Amino acid sequence: MIELTEAKIQAVRSDFPILARSIYGKPLVYFDNAATTQKPNAVIDAISNYYRNDNANVHRGVHYLSQHATGAFEDVRKKVAAFVNAGSANEIVFTRGATEAINLVAWSYCETFLKAGDEIIVSALDHHSNIVPWQVACERKGAQLKVIPVTPAGELDLQELYALLNERTRMVAVSHISNSLGTINPVEEIVVMAHSRNIPVFVDGAQGLSHGPVDVQQIGCDFYAFSAHKMYGPMGIGGLYGKSSWLTQMPPYQLGGEMIDKVTFAKTTYNDIPYKFEAGTPNVADVIGLGAAIDYLYHIGWDFIRAQEDDLLHYATKKLQEIEGVTLIGTSAHKAPIVSFLLDGIHFFDAGTILDHLGVAVRTGNHCTQPLMEVLGINGTLRASMAFYNTRQEVDKLVAAIYNVKTLFA
Amino acid sequence: MTIKETVDQIVMEFNQFDDWMDKYNYLIEMGRSVPLIDATQKTDSNLISGCQSRVWLNSEYRDGLIYFTADSDAVITKGIAFLLIRVFSGHTPAEIIQAETTFLDMIGLKEHLSPTRSNGLLSMVKQMKMYAFAYQIKEKNS
Repeated sequence: MIELTEAKIQAVRSDFPILARSIYGKPLVYFDNAATTQKPNAVIDAISNYYRNDNANVHRGVHYLSQHATGAFEDVRKKVAAFVNAGSANEIVFTRGATEAINLVAWSYCETFLKAGDEIIVSALDHHSNIVPWQVACERKGAQLKVIPVTPAGELDLQELYALLNERTRMVAVSHISNSLGTINPVEEIVVMAHSRNIPVFVDGAQGLSHGPVDVQQIGCDFYAFSAHKMYGPMGIGGLYGKSSWLTQMPPYQLGGEMIDKVTFAKTTYNDIPYKFEAGTPNVADVIGLGAAIDYLYHIGWDFIRAQEDDLLHYATKKLQEIEGVTLIGTSAHKAPIVSFLLDGIHFFDAGTILDHLGVAVRTGNHCTQPLMEVLGINGTLRASMAFYNTRQEVDKLVAAIYNVKTLFA
Repeated sequence: MTIKETVDQIVMEFNQFDDWMDKYNYLIEMGRSVPLIDATQKTDSNLISGCQSRVWLNSEYRDGLIYFTADSDAVITKGIAFLLIRVFSGHTPAEIIQAETTFLDMIGLKEHLSPTRSNGLLSMVKQMKMYAFAYQIKEKNS
């Protein structure tokens, strides 16, 4: 059992310079971590140091700096592979983020494996980024999009998924953790169900890598997408884990640069995986930053992260439930530290505007999950998404601010 | 009152308050006075896109002047809609097209002007000016 001492939490907070700033003259309470997490000094310094000392293009030059940058870049690929326990570093493709990783597979996999009359299964819980690319792939190929329904608690209905699986299903695409409600989906179980029918599973892990260890081999999924900026790393970088057996069969998504093997005007052949999916000069500096973020997470340790985030989730849930007129949206027993809620008779936009003025940053709206909001029969929610650097005192500030909101709109 | 005079008056009203909470309180109060759009006009085509809250805006053209009505499911948005209606309603298309909207900066509601996905203020102003353009063109062609 890890001890959550005030000293430890304050030490962790001091790693994140932005947490010391004020908003409208009040200390910032940052509860929008599901949108993007803040960056520790270790990540900021790694990026800055790369541009100050190590900048060169990778995979090209014979000169010292290029070889050094290439080494550092490829070391991060190995680091990411170890972080998610991929079978090999070749199964890690760097992308701009989870959305690009989904688009890559939705185009490239479907180009080869999806035919007219086939089906792809997505979920009603998911972010638009894990719905629209599959929807458009289906339109392009004359295939059908099927949807796993969501229970009132905000969980996937696995019985319905079981009923949807059939010989025409070519992919099941689900999120690991719901960005709107925080529900942790039973991805291992979903993989077992789908694999029993030889159907691959794509997991959108945008919210998945920052709250606890992820082992893609244990999950058994065929693909796993992530964004560095939601796991304390830089914006504009992320990646795709894909089983090599799939990646080798998929055509390139974008063309040019490092992904080429040999070019003649008669025929171009492509590099091996993962390079055939990495066209153009990669975002080397932010890959280095991603490496620093992974090192930082190891340094903090999952034990502390989980203990602190579980404590925050339970504390915030309890405190919010005590407020008259608060309705929690998403009540699964398995949740990341994300609390979505409504205030009776007060529009989330009104509430969010006032909370902002009180120094509390929450997200309001549909959280890019319009189909989910429609299923739940609402237009949006207020969402407080927490991270291990948040504190119980900050939850208390949110609660106090909600009472201010209630008074103002009474 | 000219548009400029209304703007000056609104700026003066808001300048009475030092505290932002009082400004919002005043805005919320004003939201209650908005000339409400007729229920039959609360249609999708009168819905302004780009807002987190739903905002409906309608216009009527009488004797060379444009009159606006609106509604929103968010109270702050309703207050902002009312501010804009106070400024623009009852003026000619040319006056509305030429009017400046920097007064929202001056009353301390600047954050509502930032062009983010969540806020519909700019969309509301744009829509009001679009109505003005449309009536102006119609007038010229008639």
